[in-house]
Amino acid sequence: MPEDKSIQELGLDTYKYGFRDPEEYFFKTPRKGIDPEIVAMISKHKNEPEWMLEFRLNALEAFLERPTPQWGGDLSELNFDDIYYYIRPMENQGRSWDDVPSDIKNTFDKLGIPQAERDILAGVGAQYESEVVYHSLKEEWENAGVVFLDMDGGLREHEDLVREYFGTIIPPDDNKFAALNSAVWSGGSFVYVPPGVHVDIPLQAYFRINAENMGQFERTLIIADEGAYVHYIEGCTAPTYTTNSLHSAVVELIAKPNARIRYSTIQNWSHNTYNLVTKRAVAEENATVEWVDGNLGSKLTMKYPAVYLMGEGARGEVLSVAYAGDGQHQDAGGKVVHAAPNTSSRITSKSISKGTGRSTYRGLLKVHEGAEGSKSRVECDALLLDEKARTDTYPYIEIEEKKVTTEHEATVSKVGEDQLFYLMSRGLSEEEAMAMVVNGFIEPIAKELPLEYAIELNRLIQLEMEGSVG
Amino acid sequence: MLKIENLRVEIDGNEIVKGLDLEVGKGEIHAIMGPNGSGKSTFANVLLGHPRYEVTDGTVTFEGQDVLELEPDERAKLGMFLAFQYPSEVPGVSVANFLRTAVNSVREEELSPMEMYRLLQEKMAVMQMDPKFAERYLNEGFSGGEKKRNEILQMLMLDPRLAIMDETDSGLDIDALQVVARGVNEVRGPEFSAVIITHYQRILRYIEPDRVHVMLDGRIVTSGGKELADVLEDKGYDWVRQEFSAGAQS
Repeated sequence: MPEDKSIQELGLDTYKYGFRDPEEYFFKTPRKGIDPEIVAMISKHKNEPEWMLEFRLNALEAFLERPTPQWGGDLSELNFDDIYYYIRPMENQGRSWDDVPSDIKNTFDKLGIPQAERDILAGVGAQYESEVVYHSLKEEWENAGVVFLDMDGGLREHEDLVREYFGTIIPPDDNKFAALNSAVWSGGSFVYVPPGVHVDIPLQAYFRINAENMGQFERTLIIADEGAYVHYIEGCTAPTYTTNSLHSAVVELIAKPNARIRYSTIQNWSHNTYNLVTKRAVAEENATVEWVDGNLGSKLTMKYPAVYLMGEGARGEVLSVAYAGDGQHQDAGGKVVHAAPNTSSRITSKSISKGTGRSTYRGLLKVHEGAEGSKSRVECDALLLDEKARTDTYPYIEIEEKKVTTEHEATVSKVGEDQLFYLMSRGLSEEEAMAMVVNGFIEPIAKELPLEYAIELNRLIQLEMEGSVG
Repeated sequence: MLKIENLRVEIDGNEIVKGLDLEVGKGEIHAIMGPNGSGKSTFANVLLGHPRYEVTDGTVTFEGQDVLELEPDERAKLGMFLAFQYPSEVPGVSVANFLRTAVNSVREEELSPMEMYRLLQEKMAVMQMDPKFAERYLNEGFSGGEKKRNEILQMLMLDPRLAIMDETDSGLDIDALQVVARGVNEVRGPEFSAVIITHYQRILRYIEPDRVHVMLDGRIVTSGGKELADVLEDKGYDWVRQEFSAGAQS
């Protein structure tokens, strides 16, 4: 079959590993819940080295010991025993297009997403169209020594690198959900960019599609060596359909001296999902890390991308935009820690709430003693689309050093009657007027995204506002 | 063209417009003058359907069509336009972007990007505006004069059949006033009507009205030709109050 061939060419044939395992039967009928046996099965199934199994089992202990966080959003309905922690890609692919709910299909229609992409977004197949593009890029990257693999492939092919850095930025016992991810992770990306190499075209998880990429517990590790540059784009703006109710990813970034990493995400989870993600970066001397983070959909999102500025002159930036519609809670923001002199940071957070939607800005700015000459700026703006919508701001600021500059600014605005009347008097319908105000509001973040993503972000928010996304 | 009969308008239970009659013919320019608090701005906003005001009685027809039940955007599509006294700011939305959307929503056929670009260049030249202005966010950080110029630019772009100008002249220096007047005179013709609402007769030196009305306490109390503006200039609004106050009428 030609399709099988292309899977092999792409190196995506992960299911050949353990294909003849006696456990095969077990994974055909996966069970819910988590215990050491499940964790061991995952590791064995992936044919992992012993140290990774230990890492997973230790993480499981940390997960079980830690209580569910009581701050942030309401997690009381999250039942850890009612979740599949590992579903083999093959089973994911076995799902048919007919099983995908019609509201998700409608959204694909409205976004004009090609069928091949819809299949993968809906978790019903792999994408083959991008194969050619992917191949030529892949060759270019490989010649420059760039590694861009899924995390499982990374572990197999670059075990030393993975072992050196995996879990060093976000240790397994960092928080309950990082611990859970560390125990059951699957999929995600592994990126290594050698010293001085600039990857001009954004690396997109899109191109490295496999079913597991859309998994619930993906794990990503990106290392930009000295003077390297990479822009990584995760996921895409179409709704990520999942039958599972929990998404808990871990993303670790390491920017060596003078390196720069930009990580852009726009996620749109189905409305039954708890989206609890830990993202953290370390920026060494004169390095720059930028997070561009868009959160749509989900029932509850708790996500605060962090940058630790560890070397002199390091720079960190977090741009975050969240949309909370009816019944949704977006608890998002950013964290920056200044741990070296002359470091600088900026957090810009924009949230939009509509109906019973609730958005929370939660951020931490910490300046350690000795980080003199550091500069930071935090700006969080909330836009309320109607009377019921709610927004809160929790900007934690801890400054231990005197010779620093910090600025903090928070605004809450409502789409006013006068503003809508003004736009409507120029021929825009009420919906168009509302969309224009909202698009303008997120413009400072949209302009940081590649054009096609910015357009999709605007379009998607518009669809959410029309209530046409399920 | 525009016919208003016995219009009564309330805001929060207070009657502001109290039985106003007005008829504006095709190609005519009318001025409505009156002191502060006479209900001029309320009247202007009601014509485009501001949701805060409640029409309790009367009719407003535009080219024979009752418009009171129409949404503001529907009125705009019929060819009605309001130049705002205090236009709203829309951060993040450039003037060019806004105009592109607005022009295409009132037109039956959309303009191509090139046609739109040419049209904008042409109209900005009339208003003596720097092309860079189009890239600024709508009304954000605009000076008073820039806002007014921008309102008239929008009028030129949307090409309405009836424009209501709500104190477009207030706060403008003489140069800006002349530019604004030039914009209005640019579209003046047999297919364009306007209602210029103003406190002062100054703007009427540059845009000659066909009719002048004096508004007091929610009604039009007297009307005349352009010479009425000169009378007002000489005698002031106190004269109007003495002659036409509600008490004197009833």
